[in-house]
Amino acid sequence: MERVAIIGVGQSKFGELWDKGFREIVLRAGIDALEDAGLEGKEIEAMYVGNMSGGRYLAQEHIAALIADYSGLSEMGIPSTRVEGADASGGLALRQAYLSVASGLHDVVIAAGAEKVTDVGSEMTTDIMASSADREWEGFVGATIPALYALMARMHFTRYGTTPEDLALISVKNHKNGVLNPKAQFRREISVDDVLNSPFVAEPLRLLDCAPLSDGAAAIILANERVAKEYTDSPVYIKACTQASDYLALQNREDITTMRAVRIAAVMAYGQAGLTPEDIDVVELHDSFTIAELIAYEDLGFVEKGRGAELIREGITSLKGSLPTNPSGGLKACGHAIGATGIRQAVEITYQLRGKAGKRQVEAETGLSLNIGGTGATAVVTIYEIG
Amino acid sequence: MIPRFWRKIKYRYDIVGSVCENCGSKFYPPRNFCPICRRRSKIKEQRFNGRGKVLSYTIVHDTPDEFKLNKPYIVALIELDDGPIITSQVVCNPEEIEVGMRVVKTFRKYFEDGEDGVIYYGTKFVPEKIATNAKNF
Repeated sequence: MERVAIIGVGQSKFGELWDKGFREIVLRAGIDALEDAGLEGKEIEAMYVGNMSGGRYLAQEHIAALIADYSGLSEMGIPSTRVEGADASGGLALRQAYLSVASGLHDVVIAAGAEKVTDVGSEMTTDIMASSADREWEGFVGATIPALYALMARMHFTRYGTTPEDLALISVKNHKNGVLNPKAQFRREISVDDVLNSPFVAEPLRLLDCAPLSDGAAAIILANERVAKEYTDSPVYIKACTQASDYLALQNREDITTMRAVRIAAVMAYGQAGLTPEDIDVVELHDSFTIAELIAYEDLGFVEKGRGAELIREGITSLKGSLPTNPSGGLKACGHAIGATGIRQAVEITYQLRGKAGKRQVEAETGLSLNIGGTGATAVVTIYEIG
Repeated sequence: MIPRFWRKIKYRYDIVGSVCENCGSKFYPPRNFCPICRRRSKIKEQRFNGRGKVLSYTIVHDTPDEFKLNKPYIVALIELDDGPIITSQVVCNPEEIEVGMRVVKTFRKYFEDGEDGVIYYGTKFVPEKIATNAKNF
């Protein structure tokens, strides 16, 4: 296996980008990544694209070819492949790119993630997201994605005594971080009261427990160690990039206060990296809902099952805590551009490990990202270390 | 959507799932292949009796288009006494529902395709005490 390094990263702003089309935002991220790496473009041997639902958001399939075309990579005829795993699509694209370099097949590849959601209305958006759960047996009975996360939250409340205030603190933290991120969708602080007074989406989850669905794109360039050293003095190495699956519908899972796919992927990742949860300095994780962040604290091994709330109550996961989590603002404040999110998380960890994260910089040599598809049927865990 | 719905009517109108006779696992919705036994699966259809208790629930306020008129409605995970866990709506006052509440199946409309469209029916649940009282009338 080759060592795999991140040599360039880029991302568009996340948010409601009414004046920009899909092609423009993807190109922005790709060009930024090339410039960051100091590449011309012809060095790239393959592309992987994470995109959940171009077919329904844009009535455009064949997204990988479209992006290869508009980024100039079709001119060289390189292979371009779209991968899909709901909102873990970006994480899957990152992993495919990682595997293709780790295997020795390619020297330099690009992984991109992109979604354009605001060209359809919010009803349609909700329906498209519902397709990341079981349409026939969950969607049919009106179990939307927020409703399914609400079922997890209620179970966690009942069994472990977690409270709506605990969840609100997560949203407050992520908004606070988002203020410091120029690429974030929401750059304003909110209070616990704001969260607790926002309307219910699916009880006990309220509007400010839910991440927005956003337009956005991110791109990342991976290379093997030999090539990486030609282009950068500060390569960020991927120590592990693991993926796991679980039952699609919640009703088939043995316990909905945990995401088994996250636990499996995390254990594999720590094993491959030769690290433990205590070694991680900074985390970007999938807070599509506040309860998802709290459950992830536990499933990633940062705290015992049932005690996730302690990390947020004690400020451990705040920017100044010992385990800063979602310094970018996370999905809640930076925005959740579905297929782009998994790549966007890797971009943030790279900035953090290079020491180039501006006002939200934390002290870190080792980072971890977690990207989740739907309600947890797909999970991707990546561990990074500065070279 | 209609053929897709129609194919599953038997399993939606009543709680018909399946059981693996090799390991005893029970499935709803039915599976033709046991994820535990895989090639050794011995699958047989089974009707579950439709009584159980609420494991977790949510009251949905932000609803898909087809459920706008039912807003808010309750979705729950229900552990059946004789089988698996089912995701279903529960018909009762949102203030009454609680974790552990006993419920029993009932046949209800879910939604329809506009005013003149197909009506989609299925199984919902009601509190057991309401169902019991109804029988006394």
